[in-house]
Amino acid sequence: MRRTEGTLEITGLTAGYGETRIVEDLTFTVPAGGRLALLGRNGMGKTTTLATLVGQTTRHAGSIRLDGVELGGLNSSARAAAGLGYVPQTRDIFRSLTVEENLVTGLKGRPRSALEEAYALFPRLKERRGNGGGALSGGEQQMLSVARALLGRPTVLLLDEPLEGLAPVICDQLMHALAQLTITLILVEQQVDRALDFAQSAVILERGRVVHEGAAAALRDDHALMERHLGVALAV
Amino acid sequence: MSGRHMGAVAADQPPQVAARGPRLRRTLGGAAVPLLAAAGLAAFWLFPNDLGLMTRIAATALYVLSLDLVLGFGGIATLGQAAMFGTGAYAAGIAAVHLVSDPLVLLAVGGLAGGLVALVTGALILHARGLTLLMLTIAVVQIVQEVVNKARDLTGGSDGLSGIEPSPLFGLFRFDMFGRTSYLFALAVLLVGVLVARRIVRSPFGLACRGVKEDPLRVAALGGSPRRYLVTLYAVAGVFAGVAGALTAVTSGIVGLDSVSFSWSAEALVMLVLGGAGRLVGAIIGTVAFMTIHHVMAAIDPFHWMLFIGLFLMGTVLFLPGGIASLADRFIKGNRA
Repeated sequence: MRRTEGTLEITGLTAGYGETRIVEDLTFTVPAGGRLALLGRNGMGKTTTLATLVGQTTRHAGSIRLDGVELGGLNSSARAAAGLGYVPQTRDIFRSLTVEENLVTGLKGRPRSALEEAYALFPRLKERRGNGGGALSGGEQQMLSVARALLGRPTVLLLDEPLEGLAPVICDQLMHALAQLTITLILVEQQVDRALDFAQSAVILERGRVVHEGAAAALRDDHALMERHLGVALAV
Repeated sequence: MSGRHMGAVAADQPPQVAARGPRLRRTLGGAAVPLLAAAGLAAFWLFPNDLGLMTRIAATALYVLSLDLVLGFGGIATLGQAAMFGTGAYAAGIAAVHLVSDPLVLLAVGGLAGGLVALVTGALILHARGLTLLMLTIAVVQIVQEVVNKARDLTGGSDGLSGIEPSPLFGLFRFDMFGRTSYLFALAVLLVGVLVARRIVRSPFGLACRGVKEDPLRVAALGGSPRRYLVTLYAVAGVFAGVAGALTAVTSGIVGLDSVSFSWSAEALVMLVLGGAGRLVGAIIGTVAFMTIHHVMAAIDPFHWMLFIGLFLMGTVLFLPGGIASLADRFIKGNRA
């Protein structure tokens, strides 16, 4: 079934840390249920873009609209309540809490029985539910971070390099789980081939600006463009 | 998800043994209340001549427990917890002198007063963090102490508030001169306090507060309001401190200015550090250790007992940075090895 919620429109977004501007005049749209790969070399503003969308940077100009509702003036918690879920690069597991306790912090007032949704998506977490957050492997931490964000029922999920540092088989498992989701997804990922296989559309950032926007499949085939902006050429 | 994948996941995992730590810790935590009740009752029979001291220990433990909620679980640096303790003590004392004498009602009055002061001051000061917050909490306790001192007609000023005579507990158990009822009452209130506190810290609200202590940005990104959580926690802990103050007033029959002093706040912090913050049971262990050493050393050497406390604190911080209660962690680790 096609989703009607989760259309994210970013228009003229300029943001950074304090007076320092990292991203300039970003404009792109992700339709409801769409998957966008946000690509670029290191230091081009991908993480800052996601952090700006969830309200953790200074926004200097532009708008962020979710299903027509302006989020730009809201604080981080209000944006999360409006439907933005965020899985940061650092995963940010609460290390002093167990797996289950970490998941509870993402429930947003939902009953504990909702935890079964997370366990259904990542059965490994159920096995580990009594473990401390700090005692998990990298892959398990990533699963926990994704599951915790999903328990809040976001309409848009922002994922910042979820595959970083994970073994290939764990990457497969995680991407398989993400592929089951029907919500809008924005994926920042250094593994360009995986990101383009997963996404329907792609945006490339260079020095904080959008230098390419288009279909993921078309970008995959455009080796010259990939080489110029990302420094990679994917195998055919 | 294929079996090949699941099999491969195992290679990326820490050993299964890691799961035993939290389980064993939870088992030990679950046994804490029955053990505390048993130890408290055993002390009642073993030390009948020290019931006054043990009553003070129980009430103080509840007070230190309130500080643990704030500092150990919320990460709120404070040296002003005595503001809530003293307010609760004076509110209960004034109510006892002028209005009611039922001890349970007096505890409710104290808890309400402590919670109200914490809610109002918390909403004002909890936007600050670190040293600034620490200074603000000291300012709060100094202001409350000065207000209490100036309201001499109501509080007795520097002479203290006396004449607190609670009626028999449940209309049956008179607060006798030997302190039996006082001790058992204080022990029961402490046990209930520990159970309630444990329930709070394990609730979604308590877990969110622990999340705020670790990473407020992450909690905000999950849809929670870190400041609202902290103000609520501060107010809840204020209720605990207020009840502890009221319990002291009810069982001792007098309230002094020292109950709302900066030094009383600092002593609570020392007791919590000794026992171990963020564990609940550490607050009780630290209180028992501090007050027992205080009692014994003050009897041996009334002029230099603080020296022993200082040495004991230094030794604990150096060799047991997690407090006395962290010995349980060493036991768990030893058990896992």
